[in-house]
Amino acid sequence: MKIILNIWRQKDVKSAGKMVRYEVPTVNEHMSFLEMIDVLNEDLTRKGEDPVAFEHDCREGICGCCGFMINGIPHGPERGTTVCQLHMRHFQDGDELWLEPFRAKAFPVLKDLMVDRSAFDRIIAAGGYVSVNTGSAPDGNALPIMKQCAEMAMDAAACIGCGACVASCPNASASLFVSAKISHLALLPQGQAERDRRAMRMVVKMTEEGFGYCTNTGECEAVCPKGVKIENIARMHRDYIKSAFTYREESTAGGAG
Amino acid sequence: MSSIAVNGGLQRTASFYQSVVGKKVVMAATGFILSGFVLGHMIGNLQVFQGPEKLNHYAELLQSLGGALWAIRFVLLASVVLHIIAAFQLWLLKNSARPQAYVKKASIATSYAARTMIWSGPIVLAFLIYHILHFTTGQALGSQFVKGDVYHNVIVGFRHVGVSVFYIVANILLAIHLYHGVWSMFQSVGVNHPKYTPMLKTLAKIYGWVVGVGNVSIPLAVLTGVIGASVK
Amino acid sequence: MALKLDSKIPSGPIEQKWDKAKFEMKLVNPANKRKFTVIVVGSGLAGGSAAASLGELGYNVLCFCFQDTPRRAHSIAAQGGINAAKNYQNDGDSIYRLFYDTVKGGDFRAREANVYRLAQVSVDIIDQCVAQGVPFAREYGGVLANRSFGGAQVSRTFYARGQTGQQLLLGCYQALERQVDAGKVKMFYRHELLDVVIIDGRARGIVTRDLATGAVESYAADAVVLATGGYGNVFYLSTNAKGSNATAIWRAYKKGAAFGNPCFTQIHPTCIPQSGDYQSKLTLMSESLRNDGRIWVPKQKSDSRGANAIPEGERDYYLERRYPAFGNLCPRDIASRAAKVVCDEGYGVGPGGRGVYLDFSDSIQRLGRHTIEERYGNLFEIYERITGDDPYSTPMRIYPAVHYTMGGLWVDYNLQSTIPGLFVLGEANFSDHGANRLGASALMQGLADGYFVIPYTMGNYLAGVKPGGVDENHSEFRAVKEKVSGQTRQLLSIRGRKTVDDFHRELGKVMWEYCGMGRNEAGLKHALERIPEIREEFWKNVNVPGSEGELNQSLERAGRVADFLELGELMCRDALIREESCGGHFREEYQTEDGEAKRDDEKFCHAAVWEYAGADKEPIRNIEPLNFEYVHLVQRSYK
Repeated sequence: MKIILNIWRQKDVKSAGKMVRYEVPTVNEHMSFLEMIDVLNEDLTRKGEDPVAFEHDCREGICGCCGFMINGIPHGPERGTTVCQLHMRHFQDGDELWLEPFRAKAFPVLKDLMVDRSAFDRIIAAGGYVSVNTGSAPDGNALPIMKQCAEMAMDAAACIGCGACVASCPNASASLFVSAKISHLALLPQGQAERDRRAMRMVVKMTEEGFGYCTNTGECEAVCPKGVKIENIARMHRDYIKSAFTYREESTAGGAG
Repeated sequence: MSSIAVNGGLQRTASFYQSVVGKKVVMAATGFILSGFVLGHMIGNLQVFQGPEKLNHYAELLQSLGGALWAIRFVLLASVVLHIIAAFQLWLLKNSARPQAYVKKASIATSYAARTMIWSGPIVLAFLIYHILHFTTGQALGSQFVKGDVYHNVIVGFRHVGVSVFYIVANILLAIHLYHGVWSMFQSVGVNHPKYTPMLKTLAKIYGWVVGVGNVSIPLAVLTGVIGASVK
Repeated sequence: MALKLDSKIPSGPIEQKWDKAKFEMKLVNPANKRKFTVIVVGSGLAGGSAAASLGELGYNVLCFCFQDTPRRAHSIAAQGGINAAKNYQNDGDSIYRLFYDTVKGGDFRAREANVYRLAQVSVDIIDQCVAQGVPFAREYGGVLANRSFGGAQVSRTFYARGQTGQQLLLGCYQALERQVDAGKVKMFYRHELLDVVIIDGRARGIVTRDLATGAVESYAADAVVLATGGYGNVFYLSTNAKGSNATAIWRAYKKGAAFGNPCFTQIHPTCIPQSGDYQSKLTLMSESLRNDGRIWVPKQKSDSRGANAIPEGERDYYLERRYPAFGNLCPRDIASRAAKVVCDEGYGVGPGGRGVYLDFSDSIQRLGRHTIEERYGNLFEIYERITGDDPYSTPMRIYPAVHYTMGGLWVDYNLQSTIPGLFVLGEANFSDHGANRLGASALMQGLADGYFVIPYTMGNYLAGVKPGGVDENHSEFRAVKEKVSGQTRQLLSIRGRKTVDDFHRELGKVMWEYCGMGRNEAGLKHALERIPEIREEFWKNVNVPGSEGELNQSLERAGRVADFLELGELMCRDALIREESCGGHFREEYQTEDGEAKRDDEKFCHAAVWEYAGADKEPIRNIEPLNFEYVHLVQRSYK
């Protein structure tokens, strides 16, 4: 089948970009969407043109590299899937599609469909962890964890950090991503010691990075390839409010000896 | 080392507000007060259907509260101001968070109400100002305004078709605003549970309908002559 | 010149070797640790855990990954689980049994001492990960759950749904980001290693290309750790991520680090079959599926009926038939080969007859759909998304695919390569899995190396050297930088008629055909003629568009394929000389009467350690003899 693609082409982070129209006449329905772009890129290369840059790695929907907008929806029209797992059988012969990079101030476009999502790393570095040095852990079964808590933590931890939530949000908010990590750790006993500090620091960092705010539209959970729920955002707000009101100064008294 | 400082005291309040979550909490808290007010206000106003004595008596009762009335007015005014400031700042933030718009953007989950919050808000504000000038201070009603005779003012005011249509449109928008706002404020302060949130959303829908229908019924009743025959 | 290979295995009983080694290792004073800089290349389970742990200890760590963030490393794609000898199930597991299973599973081609240490630290890994907040599966009572995996008769695999690798990697990534926040680790995203810099016989730094800007940069350090994963992408189609590459280890090899057992590659039995020529990668279906799925083919050749239309009596459950004791849970190499055999004989199903059924109907009947959904829900979803078929109602179609490379840079017991100061961790080294890796052991090895081995052995190395003394202005750094830039310019100047992928696919076909699941002398000799031809054409006729100083994905791929074109040849060479069958290396000439791998312990009970001799010169094959003092050499039997 034939697919018509309008792709955002942008040389680098400083240049302006524009939509360019391409036709891919030999699309097989079993191809993945990215394999279709591979075919396009092979053609462009043979013609001496610059192939379309797009991010991808595992191509099995888990690494979180891939992702761009297809007709205004991150990862395309199918729910619960990344673009690498989107197959062409969901499209019709002659379909015309618009491909654009994820857009947000915190996600500068590097080239074509590639964006820089390192803001996510900086938010995790602000507190998205349990401070436990290698070697200092008690036995894995020392602390029983309610099965349901482990399951809910896993639901939140399933986030792949692709950024679709930010891309789809009318306000370019990173709330779903940030709350997924806050929830994952808040639901486990191991995460309790730093729970308040984590919520405080990650929310502050998210604001600093220039992400928008949550207006509870639910766009993010609708496009999340891993089905992370906005229930987590409520939990983040709860933890942030609690920590903002109950936070105590860290003691500056020096240790003895 | 880490660049994130967590401060105490005044700075703490400021930094709470500076975060994207803090502003939303202010929106939710003030929204809670205001949505409670519109419901109470609507119920009080429905006394118009019970005739002039009842409504005017209710107005007198409110006036007799004196200092308490001013306290309530202050809280409401502060809520309106904070609600607006936070909304305005968030709106600015929205634009700065995505400086370059999409060529094509689809929304697949956003309700009509959520999408229209940003302009249903300002229209409701414009309506609010007009409403105060109309029935509280009377400038908008001009020489027809009779201080103390609320019933008279309402009937006379709503006999202008243009004014009534404006009221009806503004109140429909208010109802839509409430539909998203009432469940959203719970989400913003951290209340979400798979069991209760669907109920809360239904409740928000009912809330919007009740306030909307209640408020719209008054100008409609005046226009159709159901009430107000006694006023010349 | 033959290498002097000192494996540095500590003396004494195997249970005490690691404790003894740890005690004998030199330590770096806490106040001196911050004077040392360590480069870690790769941010997966091995690299990420190493960088985080070394940062916690107080070293200055520079960590590099080619992806846009360390959380993308391909460890994330591991599905099934991680082994540990916890014996929480009370089913007879122990450190010794995990050690035994791993040595046997590896078909007696791994170092006993390394494997024993791996089994020992496996228990600490689980504790560490739980403490980090890894949401492992739990029982109702709140304790950790386990599942079984191939090659073992005990339940020792810990898992987090079908995303165990993801969750372990996120735990390790979070520990890493914590060190970034603490200022102990500096993270370099989108940086690809182009060469290792050796000064006065020691690894002293690396030269990288910033993939976002094209800038070639130098970084000096006191030691370098490579944790850059395996080289399965030499086959073009594999379960590896598209970006997985051998450039780091290959260029280190060309700088003098010896390469151990390059021909030991693992073909994973349960992958989704190829659907067409445009196929860019193969997707693995976790081996854990074999716990509840039954593998079969029709008893009739080229049976064109749908799977559900074939009655029970006309199905051949060939693994259960041939290996009654282990059945569907026999080790990977055996399951893969058995699938190839039935397909070669014409019993295969699906397009081209390259597939076998993996059927869950019995388990769904026995346990209920809900249980199966809970165990494998996300895997079933992946399958349905890719193929369009619903595995709850029709059996999956699977076929083996290249998955893991047991070979890698040779390292001693301390994980140091033949270049002093160059350490190699995880899949990038050759150490623990012998000729075949058991399921759920890759995650275990990556984390063991990074969390629990390198923190000790790195200290031991650094305690013997003076910190600093060399910086990026050293003439050697400038020379290496000039050399790698020269190669880049050369690639860009060819402007030929074929794309990089054309060459990669061509190499992949040769490798899969002649150095894949079954190998023979004639085929390998043919491959050894073909690969240099492809390589020669590559350097004359490849078309790499764009320029050097920009984000250029074609150029990235070209550099990687150039290395695969050399590495492939070494793999075939190694496979040709190893005239025996063992684990994943199956030489058709050497098999038992019933088609099982036949080892030759007289001639090949050793690791082949290849030494680079210069361009256009044949590499030198050294050997490290393997001594089995605890697990006796027997022919593996899973019957």
